[in-house]
Amino acid sequence: MEPFTRVTAVAVPIDLPNIDTDRVIPARFLRKDRSVPEYSSFLFHDVRFTADGAERPDFILNQAPYRGARIVVAAENFGCGSSREAAVWALAANGFRSVIAPSLGDIFHQNCFKNGVLPVILPAEAAAGLRRQLHDRPGATLTVDLETQAVTAPDGAQHRFEVDAFRKEMLLTGRDEIGLTLGFETKIVEFEARHAREMAWAVPPRAST
Amino acid sequence: MFEKIWARHVVAEGPGGHVLLYIDRHLLHEGTTAAFGRLARRGRRVRRPDLSFATADHYLLTSPGPPTSDAETRGMVEALGRHTADQRILYFGVGDPRRGIVHIIGPEQGLTVPGITLVCGDSHTATHGAFGALAFGIGSSEVEHVLATQTLWQKKPLTMRISVEGRLGPGVNAKDVILAIIAKIGAGGGVRHAIEYAGSTIRGMSMDERMTVCNMSIEAGARAGMIAPDETTFAYIEGRPLAPSGQAWQTALAEWKALPSDPGAVFDREAQLAASEIAPTVTWGTSPQDALPISARVPDPAAVADPGRRESMARALAYMGLEPGTPLSDVTVNRVFIGSCTNSRLDDLRAAARIAKGRRAVVPAWIVPGSGLIKRAAEAEGLDRVFMDAGFEWREAGCSMCVGMNGETAAAGERVASTSNRNFEGRQGKGARTHLMSPAMAAAAAVTGKLTDVRTLGT
Repeated sequence: MEPFTRVTAVAVPIDLPNIDTDRVIPARFLRKDRSVPEYSSFLFHDVRFTADGAERPDFILNQAPYRGARIVVAAENFGCGSSREAAVWALAANGFRSVIAPSLGDIFHQNCFKNGVLPVILPAEAAAGLRRQLHDRPGATLTVDLETQAVTAPDGAQHRFEVDAFRKEMLLTGRDEIGLTLGFETKIVEFEARHAREMAWAVPPRAST
Repeated sequence: MFEKIWARHVVAEGPGGHVLLYIDRHLLHEGTTAAFGRLARRGRRVRRPDLSFATADHYLLTSPGPPTSDAETRGMVEALGRHTADQRILYFGVGDPRRGIVHIIGPEQGLTVPGITLVCGDSHTATHGAFGALAFGIGSSEVEHVLATQTLWQKKPLTMRISVEGRLGPGVNAKDVILAIIAKIGAGGGVRHAIEYAGSTIRGMSMDERMTVCNMSIEAGARAGMIAPDETTFAYIEGRPLAPSGQAWQTALAEWKALPSDPGAVFDREAQLAASEIAPTVTWGTSPQDALPISARVPDPAAVADPGRRESMARALAYMGLEPGTPLSDVTVNRVFIGSCTNSRLDDLRAAARIAKGRRAVVPAWIVPGSGLIKRAAEAEGLDRVFMDAGFEWREAGCSMCVGMNGETAAAGERVASTSNRNFEGRQGKGARTHLMSPAMAAAAAVTGKLTDVRTLGT
């Protein structure tokens, strides 16, 4: 996983609340392998392109100043709905490294961490303020700094954010989480032995296949 | 209850309040095949194949004939068959009558029991919480992590109790209850929370109904939703093929009876609803929180003060092709879909059949049972005849038009009365317009061709 330390990049404001992951990547693309060259075009596909594949000029990512954006500043509950990790993969395929919002769908929030994308929760007013600045100054940049846990707005204001110590460490180092957990093998074996004694009923009988 | 289950599954403490949580059940479907591929490429094996169970539901066709229509989806389903055979995981695959929607067959087989942790790479995993299990949906990376380690790094969520008290009126059921809850707390109301549903209304529900309620927890933002186990729960589980039996049943039962939250348990948040205030409910917009009683009118964005809310309402109405002020019961539909992990169990099919019986569907209407076994049970009761005589289509088990991954979608502009869980833009097909409702209400829409108060048809 690509580590995340600090990113300074153009940010794109997305104002509607409750943007679901079906909108981020429609279900018909979920069968596609991430390695296909057109993967980046799946992001927001049905609101970004017309039926014949032309860009919709009213969609913000199609507007020149926001084309190179690598940070999303969203409204409440961005990434709600389906657990599809492809929503993060499609953002990452377009170069996005951070999603800032007052709240995020819980599963989307977790999926971000697994893919080197930093989810940042800011108070609703701070996030709305950032979106306003990004509309007023299209193409303005933000800095998201994980080490100092701060977002620097186009107007220079700094917004501190909280991030779990565990997730912060994993993102800073880009460490393989499964590799880390496999290091807990002794603890897992001990737990399984105790669990098998105390909750023996929790292992289902072996069924015939 | 949540705290009791959580505490018993902590393998190790990590920094920042994260714990390594042990997973008792891992349910898999063909949409999570990619995780097997990544696991294999890194030379890792499935740690506990005996705690992993698989089925194919998302991509299989629900029409008679071949189970897939193209090489891509056939490849995914075949890959799941290969991986599960290689790793010795029990697979309810194509041709197995036990195959069905992953959240339907877990409980049906007795895999879903109180007190366990259960995960699946699907956001509707909270369904299993209806049994007093801690069950939540995970992403593809987390699926791979569970396959390799049987654990997950998790931060403890906050807790919320939602109490529903009193008797539901005629024509009102579990779907109306959960839609009313989501409308009340909002699509983001449960974010970072595990919900416990409580109160006499919930207590009075069958397991099929409780699963409908827990299923849509994610539509209120909550990854997990649960209901304390009781005699209804135990009676449902006893004797199921993969449930504890003999001495293990007795031990389990004693533990399950101690699971419900203590009377003085404190929750981070509480919400209350009165059953008497819940009416047959439909959605009008593109978020499950956009739900109103069928007797209401399409709301007017101009009457809303918050500009963000006003804009999203206006956008939703434009997508849905609805005018403010229109009575919801005047809205005509083009199609009906009765199915999904929310509403495809036997209780749901019976409720729909009671409305369909002796009437005639005036628009295409599909019945998609949740599993092969539910299909058989319904046929044994003659429900298939009721539906077919009424002009409904009786199909094979699967996710079908709830998510449309298998190509079973509605056309752009088509309006669907649906018992599924999401009315998002494009969910049931690009440009398709979804109204969520209960099975009885969907059947009523099928026979009248418009959104209809089921109470006017006599329930």
